[in-house]
Amino acid sequence: MLGLFEQNRCLICYEVMDSSIGWRDLFLPEKETHLCQNCQAKLQPIKGETCEICGRPFNLLDPQFRSGNQCNDCIRWEIDPTYKGVLTQNHSLYIYNDFLKEVIAKYKYRGDYILAKLFAEDIKNKIKELKPDAIVPIPLSEQRLLERGFNQSEALITEAGYKQTHLLTRIHSEKQSKKSRTERIHLPQVFQTTQSISGKILIIDDIYTTGSTLRHAAQALKLAGTISIHSLTIARG
Amino acid sequence: MQVPSKDSTFKFNPHLQTFLTGKQLLLEDIPFPKEEIQQHFENGFIQNRPGLIEVKKRLTCNRCGNQNPGLFAVFPCSRCGEPNHYCRKCIMMGRVSSCTSLVSWSAPPLEITPSPQPLKWDGELSEGQKHASERVVQAVTSNYDLLLWAVCGAGKTEALFAGIEKALQLGKRVCLATPRTDVVLELTPRLRKVFPEISVASLYGGSEDRHVFAPLTIATTHQLLRFYKAFDMMIVDEVDAFPYTADESLQYAVQQARKEESSLIFLTATPSEKWQRECKLGKRNFVTIPARFHRHPLPIPKFVWCGNWKRKLQKGAIPSNILQWTKERLQQQKQALIFLPNIRLMEKVLPIFRSLDPRIVAVHAEDPLRKEKVQAMRNKETPILLTTTILERGVTFLNIDVAVVGAEEGIFTESALVQIAGRVGRSSQYPSGNITFFHYGKTEAMVKARKQIQQMNHEAKKKGLLD
Repeated sequence: MLGLFEQNRCLICYEVMDSSIGWRDLFLPEKETHLCQNCQAKLQPIKGETCEICGRPFNLLDPQFRSGNQCNDCIRWEIDPTYKGVLTQNHSLYIYNDFLKEVIAKYKYRGDYILAKLFAEDIKNKIKELKPDAIVPIPLSEQRLLERGFNQSEALITEAGYKQTHLLTRIHSEKQSKKSRTERIHLPQVFQTTQSISGKILIIDDIYTTGSTLRHAAQALKLAGTISIHSLTIARG
Repeated sequence: MQVPSKDSTFKFNPHLQTFLTGKQLLLEDIPFPKEEIQQHFENGFIQNRPGLIEVKKRLTCNRCGNQNPGLFAVFPCSRCGEPNHYCRKCIMMGRVSSCTSLVSWSAPPLEITPSPQPLKWDGELSEGQKHASERVVQAVTSNYDLLLWAVCGAGKTEALFAGIEKALQLGKRVCLATPRTDVVLELTPRLRKVFPEISVASLYGGSEDRHVFAPLTIATTHQLLRFYKAFDMMIVDEVDAFPYTADESLQYAVQQARKEESSLIFLTATPSEKWQRECKLGKRNFVTIPARFHRHPLPIPKFVWCGNWKRKLQKGAIPSNILQWTKERLQQQKQALIFLPNIRLMEKVLPIFRSLDPRIVAVHAEDPLRKEKVQAMRNKETPILLTTTILERGVTFLNIDVAVVGAEEGIFTESALVQIAGRVGRSSQYPSGNITFFHYGKTEAMVKARKQIQQMNHEAKKKGLLD
């Protein structure tokens, strides 16, 4: 936590932020600000009508790619018997614009761990709303983890102040290579789950792009017998 | 620092030597097998320095010199399993944390083959350039520091040629560092042309020469962070320029990148007050080029009081003398730059200027059309360009007048004003022009800027450098 007299800098542009301290701040629990107004304004929260499964905003989607309350991508996933119904709903916080692209790249690839704090408040609120029985991060391969030094989806959970449950592991690629060709095409599954668990699961990841990572994860969990699987990402690509 | 003993039977990999000589890199940036790097380390060919150190009890990034506690953060490191500090200041070049090392080549050194006659240039130096050039050569031969204080338009790059040649003849490794990528891109072909047989590495964010070992390197100051005890001659261009004004990290990077025995040449048209004082007191080695290559004096800024221009602008009007100045330029069809203290004000006044002539445009640092707008000005399609301080340096328009609106504002420092005035009269065809500072109360910066220009003209005249 920042002291009253320490300079508070924007985590993105490094500018010193003026802290206008009023009476409110003295009596209410301190809400940490990490972004200056300028940078905050560049984050675009997802609002309005969205696809009921993947959370994609409809106002940015050509109407021809929408049918009813779902986008065509989700409809395609739902036709596939393997993935039908595995992901109950995805929630994404922000539109994946150029600014957020830079922020996430810095967070994930440059390894600027502290940027997880930018989303802690939003993630916390969403978790309170969804009330999951377990919060599950997307695991990284051993090699990736050593490269990056931390798992970006675990960090999002930790910084939001929650405990994570490691239900998923990555299937080793050599194991995958032992599978037959058809097996791999129909089941390019990269995750497995070791425990059986029931209840409402929330998977956390940084971006929803094609949805295949989250659907693979959800499918692996579903096989272990969970009732409903939600996911939460910072960005909807 | 860990220095293991050397094994005389071990044969080092010359590719790794070329790759790592004069560098300080993170392990993951070295495209060689980890085992091979480890073997070289165990045999004393590679040196590892800790990424973060404590200097006088302050956490310090050993790569960029950052000591600001606000620019460090902590993360649970999965490599060492411990909470690790890391530096956020230089994180764009890869994360330096408590458990990372900066990896360098320790020995044997990679020698540069001396080049007998590398300079192929038949241009002629002005008297001022010649004098400065000789001083640079001396600095190179005897390895000392020199400030080259050359007025805007003096031709300081040409004044470096002889010094660089000398260094290359002596088998020295040379680096020219500048804060801006634009300048790297502009200087690279120029230097390649005059040193045609020399391999030149051009380094900026995203450049392909990142791993090239060359006798001559042209780099952004930011890229210097990857170098360690690399250069025998280090040239730092525009020491006063954005984004390194008052930034200790530039000094740090320069000291890290140069060899202990080396020469250091600073180039500027506008040294800071501190440096000017040091020159005057004889505490800093310096040489001036007080005149432009075309032997005409620098145009002197006129100070014109324009009242409370801010209030006028808020009301949607321009002070009448500024309006008059603008109309005159439009009538005479003389192109002009008008500097404003910030983007907000500039956008506010743009419509008023446009009512005089719809071709008038405005440009600022984050403008996506910045390049195109500058080009349109060069093509003479734009009669008047409104700008923030981004065009204060590095740009040449052939025949322009310049006005500063609100010259008393803090952003217009002495050096900014000297640079802005330096946009006028740069070509030998049009060696003069009008430079006006419109103000609501003179500042010390304005007075000092004018004095600096006058002194340079005076010195140039005394030395017979003006016609």
